[in-house]
Amino acid sequence: MMGDIAIRVEDLGKQYRIGMQVTRYHTLRDTIAEAARRPIRALSQWRYTPTNSIWALEGVSFDVNKGAVLGVIGRNGAGKSTLLKILSRVTDPTKGYAEIHGRVGSLLEVGTGFHPELTGRENIALNGAILGMKRAEIERKFDEIVDFSGVEKFIDTPVKWYSSGMYLRLAFAVAAHMEPEILVVDEVLAVGDAEFQRKCLGKMSDVAGEGRTVMFVSHNMSAILRLTQESIVLEKGKMVLRAPSTQAVDYYLSSGYAQSGEHHWQPDEIPVESAPFYPVAMRVRNPQGHIVDTLRSVEPINVEIEYRLDGPISGLRVGIYLLTTQGEQIFNSFDTDDQRQYDRFGVRSAGQYISRCSIPGDLLNEGRYIIGVNASTYRVRRYFQDENALSFTIDASGAPGMQWGELRLGPVRPRLDWQIEETSPTPAGRLDAV
Amino acid sequence: MSETPITRQLPEEVVYIRPSRGWIHLKLGDLWHYRELIYFLTWRDVKVRYKQTVLGAGWAILQPLINMVVLGVIFGRFADMPTDGIPRPIFTFTALLPWGLFSKALSDAGRSMLANRSMITKIYFPRLIIPLSSVLGGLVDFMIQLGILLLMMLFYNYAPTVAVVTLPFFLLLALATALGFGLWLSALNVLYRDVNYILPFLTQLWLLVTPVAYSSSVVPEKWQWLYALNPMVGVVEGFRWALLDAPPPSLVTLVISTTITIVVLITGMYYFRRMERTFADLV
Repeated sequence: MMGDIAIRVEDLGKQYRIGMQVTRYHTLRDTIAEAARRPIRALSQWRYTPTNSIWALEGVSFDVNKGAVLGVIGRNGAGKSTLLKILSRVTDPTKGYAEIHGRVGSLLEVGTGFHPELTGRENIALNGAILGMKRAEIERKFDEIVDFSGVEKFIDTPVKWYSSGMYLRLAFAVAAHMEPEILVVDEVLAVGDAEFQRKCLGKMSDVAGEGRTVMFVSHNMSAILRLTQESIVLEKGKMVLRAPSTQAVDYYLSSGYAQSGEHHWQPDEIPVESAPFYPVAMRVRNPQGHIVDTLRSVEPINVEIEYRLDGPISGLRVGIYLLTTQGEQIFNSFDTDDQRQYDRFGVRSAGQYISRCSIPGDLLNEGRYIIGVNASTYRVRRYFQDENALSFTIDASGAPGMQWGELRLGPVRPRLDWQIEETSPTPAGRLDAV
Repeated sequence: MSETPITRQLPEEVVYIRPSRGWIHLKLGDLWHYRELIYFLTWRDVKVRYKQTVLGAGWAILQPLINMVVLGVIFGRFADMPTDGIPRPIFTFTALLPWGLFSKALSDAGRSMLANRSMITKIYFPRLIIPLSSVLGGLVDFMIQLGILLLMMLFYNYAPTVAVVTLPFFLLLALATALGFGLWLSALNVLYRDVNYILPFLTQLWLLVTPVAYSSSVVPEKWQWLYALNPMVGVVEGFRWALLDAPPPSLVTLVISTTITIVVLITGMYYFRRMERTFADLV
């Protein structure tokens, strides 16, 4: 009866102490003062009862059947990564219980333990062992892995001479050949370019097709819809919904956030890894400059992203995604898309910034829309992403075609410049016939 | 393709995840299960150690030779420390073998958790493997140095006696001591980065209280028990006895040294396991 369950999670919780990161020393005096103070603190913390702590995950329970593909959706800081870390046994839960049937593999682990000084061949062996493969298994799959990676010519070259693409391909090839019964994919933390991410998703659907179990964490709602039948939604560490993915995505994207046309990011929504980029706020304004939740489709929409850089970033681009509440992408746009802008702001020093843009009027159809934010450097690093920063409603009064009162399909409702031309005079005889 | 069943015929492994509380089981069986990883990580440490150096593995030979000369000059010329009638170069070199293994293992193990943080935050495996493979990584250098020592013994006309059969025991004692202290230091290093700064001083001071450059006979008889609290005393004396036919370490020294090592090793393993659950969050 229990045979068909792959993952069982019961009342799982993880508590973190706030300020758990080790402070960095700056002066010798600090070091000595710290050294003198810390042993005492260490003793007092031996059996500490956390007072200043947060539950990154609390009271989460669910089952996943063998062969199922479960999506995990939630905002930054909702506990998605914590859940995966517990299930892959990287970190211990504070309470609760989980049961995993079979070997867990993760596409997060791509390239873990790779050493730049070792050759491709050596790294395959090492990485395989780290991922829990037996030596015989690695040897058996070696040719296949090399083939898949497409780096056979450089297999005896230290990987430090590899291009980042080759490095990723090799690393991915090892992870992809691990054949875990349960595959965990954290797209949120996935590195690499679009092609590589496509490859990850492709591998994932292969795995699912072979009847193995997949847990898929993603910010990409269309990928969730395409690859999963069912999803759970996490909100501030708690599971708020488990439903068919279409329903879960809809719930998530239209959930009660930011009805005000403005979103201020809370500290727990900003991952540590985003430093030195700190998002502050995002706003939607009407042409009169008011922050509003409902805008008219005929008027331009002014979007602004306020952020702080604690250090310089070169090649930074800050941009928006526009999505429908069903998770379909309408467009992406970055503040340095224009070459002249890029030349001026390609290198941004530390400081406060606002990136503004205007979505022209007569573009969007009536309905509700989601704006996401992305701050990244092309092919190098994603600093921050929030695919559900803000939502707003478009009111179509005054839009073209409103006199007919019918529902116009599709997310855009452009005012097209129609020309009607009479190409030949009406034949007189036919007019008579009518 | 879709009807292909899962080909894996192995018995299904079921993992239970629960919060760990109080004193934890050491789970040494897990280490055996992951023995190939121990091998690979040790192999990686060895393989990478002398990459991009001109001398390569020559450093394994050069380091103790330079130490031998430096210590020989300081303790022989200036301090005139006794060597129990054994020629100073070979007297010092024999001690530098286990000492080099120990001090390198100690500082590598102490830093190992931080050095491997990317693995620790992403993948599960018994964390004990990391300091353990750091300690084992020194064995290759040790073997090379042992070869040099044999040449030196030939040159100085020394032949090992029957006591040489005890050499593996003293080698094991050195490794166990390094692992025991290494476990404590590596776990503490995750919490307090101060350990990074303490490590160099620690190994330097430790060298002074170990009879590497002098004979332990300089320590008065009534303080010998205190001296033996340093397990490396027993190890170094044992090496000289096994290879150079020096006076054997006293039984008291041996018992004290071994006991200390076992205590530190066992407490180290428990402390390490206890801290293990938070490593991924803190490292």
